[in-house]
Amino acid sequence: MMAEKLSIVVHSGDMDKIYSALIIATGALSMGMEASLYFTFWGLQRLQKGGLEKGSLSKMHMLGIGKSMMKQRMNKANLSSLERLMQDFKELGGKIIACDMTMQIMGIKKEDLREDLITEYGAVGTYIQEARESTINLFI
Amino acid sequence: MSKIEVNCCGETCPIPLIETRKAIRNASPGDIIEIRGTHQASKKEIPMAVKALGLKLVNVKQEGGEWTIIIQK
Repeated sequence: MMAEKLSIVVHSGDMDKIYSALIIATGALSMGMEASLYFTFWGLQRLQKGGLEKGSLSKMHMLGIGKSMMKQRMNKANLSSLERLMQDFKELGGKIIACDMTMQIMGIKKEDLREDLITEYGAVGTYIQEARESTINLFI
Repeated sequence: MSKIEVNCCGETCPIPLIETRKAIRNASPGDIIEIRGTHQASKKEIPMAVKALGLKLVNVKQEGGEWTIIIQK
C-alpha cells in the first residue's frame, strides 16, 4: 500500500512559520505518512548555510526583542531547535525540494545552500507532482 | 525479540511522537517498545500513530504526571 502523503509549500521564512511547517511535517512522518517540503521565496533563505534559525517572528518581532522573548519561552517549554526538527525530518525519510527559480531571482547558488538537507531542485511541475499525490497540502 | 525503551519525560510536541516513530523504524517485527513521557497530548496521539501504522498497542498507563505506552511491532 502506498503511504498517504503531506506536502507543504514553505513560502515564508518567518521563524514561527518554519516551526509550524517542520512540526506538521515531522508529525506526518511519525504517523506513517510521507512528507515533502517545497522551499520557495523567503522560505528558501532558511536553507542557506547558517540560515535556519535566522527568521523573524511573523508578528511582534519588534526589531528582534519579540523574537528573543519567544526564544526564551520556547526554551522554557523545552521546544526543540529547528535544526533538530530538520534532522529528524530527514531521518524519518522526509523530502526537501529547493525552488530553482527562487535561486535564480535571489542569486542563491547551490553551494550557498544546505545541500545535506536538499533532496532535489525543482520548479512548479515538481511541486504539482508532489501535491497531486498528497492527501494533505498546505501553503505556509 | 528485544525490548526498546524510549524516555521522553520533559519533552514537548512533537518529540515524543518523533522518538516513537524512530524507535518503531529501528525495531524488528515482534520487538516491544516502551515509551515514557509527561507531554499529555502525546499520550493520546501515540496510540493514534500506532493504529495508523497497523501495530499493536499493548498497554497505556499513567502514574502521577508520567505515562507509559507499550507497543509491539
